[in-house]
Amino acid sequence: MTRSRKKQVHLAAHFPGVNNTTVWSDPNSGSQTDFASFVHFAHTAERGLFDFLFLAEGLRLREHRGQIHDLDVVGRPDTFTVLNALAAVTTHLGLGGTINTTFNEPVEIAKQFASLDHLSGGRAAWNLVTSSDAFTGENFRRGGFLRPEQRYERAAEILEVAKKFWDSWASDAVRADQAAGVFVPDEAISPVDHRSELFQVSGRFGTPRSPQGYPVFLQSGDSDPGREFGAATADAIFSRHGTLEAGQAFFADLKGRMPRYGRHPDDLKILPAATFVLGDTPADAEERAAHVRRQQVGPQTAIAFLEQVWGRDLSAYDPDGPLPDVDPDPENVSITRGRVRHERDTVALARQWRELAESRNLSIRELIIETSARQSFIGTAAQVAEQIDSYVQADASDGFILVPHLTPGGLDEFVERVIPELQDRGSFRTEYTGRTLRDHLFQGDTPATRDLATRDLHHPLHPRESGLSAH
Amino acid sequence: MTPYLAVELDGAGRHPAAWRLPDARPGELFTAGYWTGLAQLADRAGLDFLAIPDSFAPPAEGQAGLVRGRLDAVAIAARVAPLTRTVGLVPTATVTHTEPFHLSKAIATLDFVSLGRAGWQPEVSGTQAEADLFGRKEWSDGPPPADTLWRELADAVEVVVRLWDSWEDDAVIRDQATGRYVDRNKLHYVDFAGEFFSVKGPSITPRSPQAHPPVVLRLDHVEDELEALPVVGRWAQVVRIAAPDLAAAADARARVRDAVAAAGRDPDEVAVLLDVETLLADTPDQAQATLAQLDGWHDGPGGTEHGTLRILGTPVALADLIEEAVGSGAADGVTLVPLALPSGMHTVAEGLVPLLVQRGLRPSAPTPATLRDRFGLARPANYFTEARA
Repeated sequence: MTRSRKKQVHLAAHFPGVNNTTVWSDPNSGSQTDFASFVHFAHTAERGLFDFLFLAEGLRLREHRGQIHDLDVVGRPDTFTVLNALAAVTTHLGLGGTINTTFNEPVEIAKQFASLDHLSGGRAAWNLVTSSDAFTGENFRRGGFLRPEQRYERAAEILEVAKKFWDSWASDAVRADQAAGVFVPDEAISPVDHRSELFQVSGRFGTPRSPQGYPVFLQSGDSDPGREFGAATADAIFSRHGTLEAGQAFFADLKGRMPRYGRHPDDLKILPAATFVLGDTPADAEERAAHVRRQQVGPQTAIAFLEQVWGRDLSAYDPDGPLPDVDPDPENVSITRGRVRHERDTVALARQWRELAESRNLSIRELIIETSARQSFIGTAAQVAEQIDSYVQADASDGFILVPHLTPGGLDEFVERVIPELQDRGSFRTEYTGRTLRDHLFQGDTPATRDLATRDLHHPLHPRESGLSAH
Repeated sequence: MTPYLAVELDGAGRHPAAWRLPDARPGELFTAGYWTGLAQLADRAGLDFLAIPDSFAPPAEGQAGLVRGRLDAVAIAARVAPLTRTVGLVPTATVTHTEPFHLSKAIATLDFVSLGRAGWQPEVSGTQAEADLFGRKEWSDGPPPADTLWRELADAVEVVVRLWDSWEDDAVIRDQATGRYVDRNKLHYVDFAGEFFSVKGPSITPRSPQAHPPVVLRLDHVEDELEALPVVGRWAQVVRIAAPDLAAAADARARVRDAVAAAGRDPDEVAVLLDVETLLADTPDQAQATLAQLDGWHDGPGGTEHGTLRILGTPVALADLIEEAVGSGAADGVTLVPLALPSGMHTVAEGLVPLLVQRGLRPSAPTPATLRDRFGLARPANYFTEARA
């Protein structure tokens, strides 16, 4: 096999989630919950030689104007359980998911990710998501216990404690030496003791070190503390910076922060979320894209989007009519709960939207389609491959996490048509060359491997130095 | 009646030295292949379910000769689910330090990925060592008494089951005309507020194929039976008992049935399965010799569960015991606990099950069914629609 010197594109597959990107009204839309949908999606991603599949998770159903939001897909199965089951029907595909750092405890996260990594042969990835809201906390023992400014403090520390658990077993602890009667030497398991304001955790961890040592760490926070956390700890970052220039700025910013943490820029992959629509011709693709956008922004969804900005009930307005002439209620910022919110000046935004609608004669629905739902890549397979490759070669990203709009078949066409184009360009693998997700992301030169090598030399309790090895 | 037949799969088997047997696979205990192989044997043999133990208990110190380390039981069950077709999958889930909300969606999802074969075995964690791993501050004066632990378990089970009902079966409507994916009148806040936690709901996971995967509870610790019985009576669909002989088992089964009746439920809807430790061989002498070897490695009789029936001998002896246990009303079936694995699973699948089939005590071929179907349990009504009616 010839190894191209060209920078390689990394792709991840985001199972369609619980927002209006996912089109449930299409005749080809299947179950969001049945395991068969996940199997279909995973098989497509693995056939396409993707680095990993990704499942998002939110721990409380979204609400809009005090009621459960009913216009988008609602509900999904448990992340760990689906990923473990998918490990049974795939062989190479990485298996990643969001696990909240606020409403889980380190010892169970450590055990669950170590188990997934063992049972998948080293394919686990953890997207660390922080939350502090009392709204989600109402589903958990501790309620809304965390101050917002402590979100990343807790996330960083939960990661630190989880790593202590994972590191507490030497990588060759399990000897299973029948002749010597030694299954695991005592010295191969070190007690963990971590005491701080947030955690008081101590004891011996119950699960052996897994194939990857640590799961691959994913991050998506865009705030300054979020970026800092990502630069310090993440293996891959999901960004939202879609344009070439914004992507390049984010890429440079993140990678520029890494040396402070003793990390090489290649140790982190930047993977913006991206949507796509393919067509046989450019015009065909544009037509399909417009159709999908209308599916994503139905009349009721258009009004709901508007209400998020206006902060008031706009159900009396005609989605095919003009924008409201009243101003937003700037006080009512909690009209939608259970989804990520970004602080913004709603009065200014409303003014901007009204100007745009007036100048182009847009209805409410047309305006929301225009401002919210434009796909990242639209074109023929060759065009989309060219766009993806050019972003990556220009260091606007290291690849993308693709978010199809249909479950479960939304990735099929991409894998059949775009992947071969990327391969022809010499920018994408033609086979999996490693077994673990770290292999896929870093071609064997993995940060964790280096950690382990260092640890093997310096860990005072490492069995190789303890003299307990059989023979 | 047909005896229920389950097997508990714990590492290399319950005997602490089992991993040293020549046909053990100790180097594979933490791999998917090991668990898949065992589960597929059970699946082909038509067992009712596999019980997969779990605990956060730290590995014992000073015991280099013991199997130490375990994987998450729900994870193992999920991993083997797509590769099996008929066997029920019953992981242990600790409820003392964990979140009922997470457990509810994990077991419901196990039900989705197994197409209706999930159950779960909730357990309390009573040791300080487990509390310290979680860092539970309120345990700084030591573990609470058994009645507190079991009250919390009962609350956890109640929340899990309510969350399973927090979605009605037909909540997803995909109504094009109104643009609504769900009918939110069919989603319910559970609004549970109890002594240990409060949970708002609804679940983030829709109602699963069985709606309520069966609750399996162990009643095999004499020291907390008093505290456990009311919870068993209220919530269990399957109860695992341990007893030194069939007379004691019959007494335990009667206590379970009384507790079920006291909770206002029909005792015939709760199956009582007797734990039986097994080490099977072609002759009793061979089984004894293997045990002697295991005990020798362990420097004494293998630390097995106190007061648990044990069959050291041939598949015929075990089949006789099962027939007698069920015929005499001592149990509705058995949970076999092999002293050694994977050999103990092979002897069950290849030795015991064909005998039971010959005697008409087991079906001749495994049939696809949900775990509730296997125990004759109808799909349950929804708590919230019942409440509305």
